[in-house]
Amino acid sequence: MSDTTTDPKPHQQLHRVVIRFAGDSGDGMQLTGDRFTTTSALWGNDLATFPDFPAEIRAPAGTLAGVSAFQVHISDHDISTPGDSPNVLVAMNPAALKANLAILPKGAAIIVNVDAFEERNLAKADYETNPLEDGSLSAYTVYEVPMTSITTEVCKDAGVKPRDAERSKNFFALGLISWLYTRPIEVTIGWIGEKYAGKPLVMEANLRAFKAGYHFGETAELFESSYGVKPAVLEPGEYVNITGNTATAWGLIAASVRSGLPLFLGTYPITPASDILHELSKHKQFGVRTFQAEDEISGIGAALGAAFGGALGVTTTSGPGLDLKSEMMGLAISLELPLVIIDVQRGGPSTGLPTKTEQADLLHAMYGRHGEAPLPIVAARTPSHCFEVTVEAVRLAVKYRTPVIVLSDGYLANGTEPWRLPDMDGLPTIEPDFAAGPNHTDADGQAVFWPYVRDEQTLARPWAPPGVPGLEHRIGGLEKADGSGNVSYDGVNHEKMTRLRAAKIAGIAHDIPPTDVDGEDGAEVLVIGWGSTYGAIAAGVERIRARGYKVDQAHLVHLNPFPADLGKVLGRYRRVLVPEVNTGQLSRLLRAEYLVDAISFTQVEGVPFRAEAMEAAILRQIEGVAAGSPGDPGVDGMATSHGKASD
Amino acid sequence: MTDLANAESTEVPVPPTTRKDWSSNQEVRWCPGCGDYSILAAVQMLMPDLGVRRESTVFLSGIGCAARFPYYMNTYGMHSIHGRAPAIATGLATTRPDLDVWVVTGDGDSLSIGGNHLIHALRRNVDITILLFNNQIYGLTKGQYSPTSEVAKVTKSTPFGSLEQPFNPLSLALGAEASFVARTHDMDRKHMMETFRRAHAHRGASFVEIYQNCNVFNDGAFEGITGKDHRVDMLIPLVHGEPIRFGAEGEHGVVLHRDGSVEVVEVADLGELALLVHDEHRENPGLAFQLSRLSRGPHEPTPIGVFRDVERPEYGAQMAQQIEEATDRRGKGDLDALLRSGSSWTVE
Ligand code: SF4
Repeated sequence: MSDTTTDPKPHQQLHRVVIRFAGDSGDGMQLTGDRFTTTSALWGNDLATFPDFPAEIRAPAGTLAGVSAFQVHISDHDISTPGDSPNVLVAMNPAALKANLAILPKGAAIIVNVDAFEERNLAKADYETNPLEDGSLSAYTVYEVPMTSITTEVCKDAGVKPRDAERSKNFFALGLISWLYTRPIEVTIGWIGEKYAGKPLVMEANLRAFKAGYHFGETAELFESSYGVKPAVLEPGEYVNITGNTATAWGLIAASVRSGLPLFLGTYPITPASDILHELSKHKQFGVRTFQAEDEISGIGAALGAAFGGALGVTTTSGPGLDLKSEMMGLAISLELPLVIIDVQRGGPSTGLPTKTEQADLLHAMYGRHGEAPLPIVAARTPSHCFEVTVEAVRLAVKYRTPVIVLSDGYLANGTEPWRLPDMDGLPTIEPDFAAGPNHTDADGQAVFWPYVRDEQTLARPWAPPGVPGLEHRIGGLEKADGSGNVSYDGVNHEKMTRLRAAKIAGIAHDIPPTDVDGEDGAEVLVIGWGSTYGAIAAGVERIRARGYKVDQAHLVHLNPFPADLGKVLGRYRRVLVPEVNTGQLSRLLRAEYLVDAISFTQVEGVPFRAEAMEAAILRQIEGVAAGSPGDPGVDGMATSHGKASD
Repeated sequence: MTDLANAESTEVPVPPTTRKDWSSNQEVRWCPGCGDYSILAAVQMLMPDLGVRRESTVFLSGIGCAARFPYYMNTYGMHSIHGRAPAIATGLATTRPDLDVWVVTGDGDSLSIGGNHLIHALRRNVDITILLFNNQIYGLTKGQYSPTSEVAKVTKSTPFGSLEQPFNPLSLALGAEASFVARTHDMDRKHMMETFRRAHAHRGASFVEIYQNCNVFNDGAFEGITGKDHRVDMLIPLVHGEPIRFGAEGEHGVVLHRDGSVEVVEVADLGELALLVHDEHRENPGLAFQLSRLSRGPHEPTPIGVFRDVERPEYGAQMAQQIEEATDRRGKGDLDALLRSGSSWTVE
């Protein structure tokens, strides 16, 4: 703890707490949440975060459309979600209060910047009366703190103009919450000093605001007690707090180092994937080339060109970009060259909800190309898991000479969690195994190079980047003759090549781990998911088990092909529940592939599932089995119970 | 670290080659009489002269008749998708500076569907050589008007005549900041070879428009200027440092007016000293732009040769330099250091 003063107030220990910082987009709530998170991570809590910000860069100040929030869940034990319901809401203005009240459980604490609750702001948030005065918040514990006025007051004699000083009020809020939850303040003070070293006045204002917030908590009569959340018992090791996008970028660099293939990223800026480009562009000392292309097509095209030349070609995008890249993916499938496509999913269709999460691109990834064009798909389940999954995608791409799609999403991309740094020697080997010489004898007895002679085991063709004498060859998007790779319009050959390409991808099932089931003996219900629902499903399963029921959980990393044993696994259960943030995509695949009566449980509200809803959905299946009733009948016989419906 | 880009041994001299070494074993499948044949011949004959290696040469193309070109070259090659070759070439050329990357394209391929990639590759000055076969028609899809077809052109898709103002490919390239811009035509092998040689020698993006006859869907489109009998009076050879003049006796010439426009004149009227002296290396592309528009179509005296050849930093080299500088500054990338670049903490 800090060495400021001894705390005269009582102190209580909590196991976990969920805090939501909310304010106007211009109020710096993301920064505030991020700093609180970093401090808590260094303190040793387990945590999960959920930044929730509007699509508009700057919606009109004070309006509901402009509210930006950051939710963080800190705990003294292992947790998997940013929490269903905040215990504390920090609301910097009336709009922030209004926009977030619905998810606040009764009894929660609300800390408001009372200075912002004046007529104009109330009107902008469509409040007819002041909620602080009209009794509408009687179910909550409301703390009214004059954040703006204290901040301007403490900055007065520092030479900071009141207008500028006001902008430091988020640091006041950070200071106050840091006191309330007994966070060490040195980390933040050090960070402010470094970050604003070039702007001494801003630095001074932020420091003063931060300290004022901290002392306000201590001295004001408002708070009866401060709280502590002890460090979580995490596996020993070195940890960092990481977002999905950073983990993805680092995974690509690691795979590049591991394989010896120089990394080339061809991409076009798009929310929420751009941070991967930003991160990679910083690390040129790894030989990383980042190319901000003129459009999405050029991004993947350049990546494919780099792959043809023997580089690790990667492109990053989100839904709209995935649409545009489809044709080039088809070419990559036909050329059978390694390529990694990272799709950070967001709400669709079309521009949809750029800053909101959704996992609705699975069927696009699976089928969104003309012709028979299969490719492997892998999906990350938590922010840090993006690292491992990206490395796996590179492994598959290189080994099988194929484009691979990695599915991440907005929630993983921006969310954070502590990540135990892996042992780099434990990463899989990735061997480019470039063609070195002729691989075929032609009719004249000449040793020649044929670009489509396949490895018997993997069915992969040789990768022969230019530069090697004797291996000159031409490839293209026209159908190729089996072996020689020459253009062929022969129907029988086309059938053969189509089936070979499919068999190559299907064969990957034997090169990936079996389905990972977190199981208990005798469970009759399996909850199976993919992607970012992992945390919510795990939390729901945990709640169910805590109530004494049995339920198993499986979470798929490989979505095409599925693990070889998946059909058998599914067959072991009476009920298979498939929660997804779409309208039922994995459930369709499972039904089609295994004729299993997969029960779909879905929502598309731009936010992750809540553990509570998950618990209820699982419970319904368990009760259904007990009652001996068949799965939820849905529309047209498809069992499609919806997230909303079960709440 | 696999380093294909530097794997090539530079000590071993390039073995002499012949045209045959550069021809693949694939049967050439253009329509008999197509102008593409003579362009292919010019390229295959030039290659032995360039002193380059087959294994270090790559031909990339998109879709269209011209795009079959890579199949006929005994080099590395890729026949990709419609309009995208400049994008694919950008990735290849920036990661493999050791390679000679050629892009073969047509007026539909790179001025219509692939227009965006073309202008941006030129703007970035990627080290590629672009050969644009301009036949002012869609050949592979059997005769629709193209973005270079003249106004009122009657084709299968424009039975009442095309309404569209065509692109002037050279003006477009110059407007896209191209550092090398030239024009040649399929009836003059020597001129093609010389122009391609210059384009290949240029560091950065080179853009060559080749007037190419599609004898099936747009026969004779350039006959009025490239035909043997017309050439002397209808083609204006641009020669660096020389007054721009043409005609059997050099009786016609080009002058620059005060308002910046250029015009064809009779030398006898204004005197030799009044003629514009061609300067490929002029920083300002304005004059090259004027020359690119001297003729309003292949029915008026039309300049051919190198319009512009200026030095500008090449994209891939600059990218490589940033990597080198970052490595010098921070040392070679270290994964463990990367993972610990934020704040890390240890749990005992
Ligand atoms: S259609 Fe025209 S351009 Fe195409 S191959 Fe035939 S003649 Fe040549």
